[in-house]
Amino acid sequence: MKILVTVKLVPDTTADKRIDPATKQLVRSGVETVLNPFDEYAIEAGLQLKEKIGGDTTVTIVTMAPESGKEIVRKALAMGADDAIMISDPKAEGSDVWGTAYALAQAIKKNGFDLVLCGTQSTDSITGELPGALAEFLGVPGITHARKLEVEGTTVRAERETDNGYAKVTADLPLLVSVTKSMNTPRYPALKGIMGAKKKTIAIASLADSGVDKPVGHEGARTELIDLVSPPTRGKGEVFQAADAVAGATKIIEFLRERKLV
Amino acid sequence: MKTLAPIPHVDPLDPLALDDALDPDVRLVRDTVRDFVRSRILPEVGGWFEAGTFPRSMPRELGSLGLLGMHLEGYGCAGASATAYGIACRELEAGDSGLRSFVSVQGSLAMYPIHAYGSEAQKTTWLPRLATGEAIGCFGLSEWDYGSEPTGMRTTARTRGDGYVIDGTKAWITSGGIADVAIVWAHVDPQPGTPATGSDVRGFVVPTDTPGFTTRNIERKLSLRASVTSELVLADCYVPASAMLPGVRGMRGPLSCLNEARYGIVWGVVGAARACYEAALAYATTRVQWGKPIAGFQLTQEKLANMALELQKAQLLASHLGRLKDADTLAPAHVSFGKLNNVREALAIAREARTILGASGITLEYPIMRHMNNLESVLTYEGTSEIHTLIIGQALTGLAAFS
Ligand SMILES: Cc1cc2nc3c(=O)[nH]c(=O)nc-3n(C[C@H](O)[C@H](O)[C@H](O)COP(=O)(O)OP(=O)(O)OC[C@H]3O[C@@H](n4cnc5c(N)ncnc54)[C@H](O)[C@@H]3O)c2cc1C
Ligand SMILES: Cc1cc2nc3c(=O)[nH]c(=O)nc-3n(C[C@H](O)[C@H](O)[C@H](O)COP(=O)(O)OP(=O)(O)OC[C@H]3O[C@@H](n4cnc5c(N)ncnc54)[C@H](O)[C@@H]3O)c2cc1C
Repeated sequence: MKILVTVKLVPDTTADKRIDPATKQLVRSGVETVLNPFDEYAIEAGLQLKEKIGGDTTVTIVTMAPESGKEIVRKALAMGADDAIMISDPKAEGSDVWGTAYALAQAIKKNGFDLVLCGTQSTDSITGELPGALAEFLGVPGITHARKLEVEGTTVRAERETDNGYAKVTADLPLLVSVTKSMNTPRYPALKGIMGAKKKTIAIASLADSGVDKPVGHEGARTELIDLVSPPTRGKGEVFQAADAVAGATKIIEFLRERKLV
Repeated sequence: MKTLAPIPHVDPLDPLALDDALDPDVRLVRDTVRDFVRSRILPEVGGWFEAGTFPRSMPRELGSLGLLGMHLEGYGCAGASATAYGIACRELEAGDSGLRSFVSVQGSLAMYPIHAYGSEAQKTTWLPRLATGEAIGCFGLSEWDYGSEPTGMRTTARTRGDGYVIDGTKAWITSGGIADVAIVWAHVDPQPGTPATGSDVRGFVVPTDTPGFTTRNIERKLSLRASVTSELVLADCYVPASAMLPGVRGMRGPLSCLNEARYGIVWGVVGAARACYEAALAYATTRVQWGKPIAGFQLTQEKLANMALELQKAQLLASHLGRLKDADTLAPAHVSFGKLNNVREALAIAREARTILGASGITLEYPIMRHMNNLESVLTYEGTSEIHTLIIGQALTGLAAFS
């Protein structure tokens, strides 16, 4: 079985982020790049399936990102993925959801797949739209926000998180599943995995190599970012000076009552 | 007009960006161990230290990460570089020196001698199980009466039938009470007037369930409390001839193992010192006296600046020794430079950091005093600071001030 996991490279989630007002792009220089933390759950799901199904099951990482991110991708290989495909092309720069999904779909189709696993969202653009768009371009069913996943033969059973519980769904391979954080705990890459990852292949492909036959990137973008506005900065909190604990507690209760919070 | 390049950012936790020079795979090792320490060790280690316990599950957890014997090749070991091993020691000891001590003893003092000097049977019997943490190893060299001068050890192995009978008591043995196998060093069939060179010393791979082998844990320690330290008593303890390490004779055996472990300490203490510095920095920027953070006072800044300076110098020294070790050009005296300087400076950093936290600094709520106490052991074991001074002295002058 061929499992492909889509992985985005994002700026370190703990770092301060800055938008360049001229390009309206995230400033990426000087900020460490990491695997999108949400995607580590998808990688873990793929590895667990591989361990369970065995045989010739493979887990391949797919990402669209500049070639400079190659060593970051290696972490996914150190966790246990077999190999990786990187779509790295200057012409991919500025891709919107449509372009990213289209390019990934073409590369994935070219490689062949039974199951595509995605995270539910990235930590930088956070649209959460890519998995749906990707399933559409691949022409397969998409089960999004899965918290549980089982594969038996060609049948996939999953539990989708909903606002007030979960829905049990089944579908046949090939298909796409996006994985939520409640599915598993991503493993640490162990030492042997890290050593072994040095010998694994990360295939760098241009858009043309990947079979992308329509313009993506800035040229192909179907959406235009008109403006970026920072959220209003929060005002300073109110500091109460209370004479003693009872007076302090009374003040807090009053404050909460006024706002109908208790 | 030439535009000026932006001034690079200075990260207070790695001011000279020394980690930027690490290879990507070494950085992955760092991140793996750091994450493990942050999520698994730091929330609990204060409690382990207070209770004086080393959690029973820890060997397997460390084994599943591949950290046990990680710098050895084959037999289930990862075969990582010396620099990667160093980074792992650094990040483990940023958690606790007891944790790093366990890993040092397992990998460098128990697995290394089997790997370097063992028979094929010894290797296949022990190395894979030691690598996963399924089995625990310890290293018995020191005795109550012979510490810095191990050549004087009283433990003997006398030929009997097809094997040897070992008699003696080993003291201060890390992991002794929880070990499945002990590397025990002994004089073999000593003749009256033991050779001063210890040329009759051999190593034995002794399963701890061998009849005549008992242990007693050393209690009431104020240092390395999250680590087991024990006495090993071998009384009429018979082992077959195949228990002897065939590949080495004389003090070169135990000393070469110590050299491996000392190398890990050079890196490890950088982690302990960094943890103290980080805690002091965080405290200083939030603790307010006279209406401003104490980090704003010049005296505090001098402390922080000096700590950062020594921390970075210690890291440079460790990295340099790592490069020498990876190039196979590391001499024992080189390691003495590293151990002497880095443990001494780590202790100084811990003490300085403690002052910044005032009263809070003496509690287990903060890591500093725990590290400070631990570092007292690290200063003593694997060659005291005095002994490393003498090794350097001998290397510089050609004159041995100790024999
Ligand atoms: C400053 C800025 C400007 C932008 N301008 C536009 C714009 O004008 N129009 C527009 O439509 N979008 C724009 N974007 C969004 C950007 O193009 C998206 O990053 C991209 O389309 C992916 O969507 P997402 O990150 O929201 O992914 P999500 O849908 O949140 O991610 C879900 C999952 O999809 C997968 N995934 C996402 N991206 C990749 C990838 N590159 N490689 C492999 N897998 C991936 C991962 O598995 C991820 O967990 C902008 C983003 C920024 C930061
Ligand atoms: C927590 C802990 C764990 C340990 N784990 C192990 C282990 O796993 N295996 C093992 O074999 N050992 C272990 N040791 C023992 C350790 O290696 C010894 O404590 C160390 O070698 C020093 O020996 P000593 O304590 O007998 O001190 P001594 O050798 O008695 O030294 C006392 C003092 O005299 C100084 N001194 C000695 N000789 C000279 C000289 N020629 N010139 C100047 N000064 C000198 C020393 O530097 C020291 O300051 C451990 C010790 C500790 C504290």
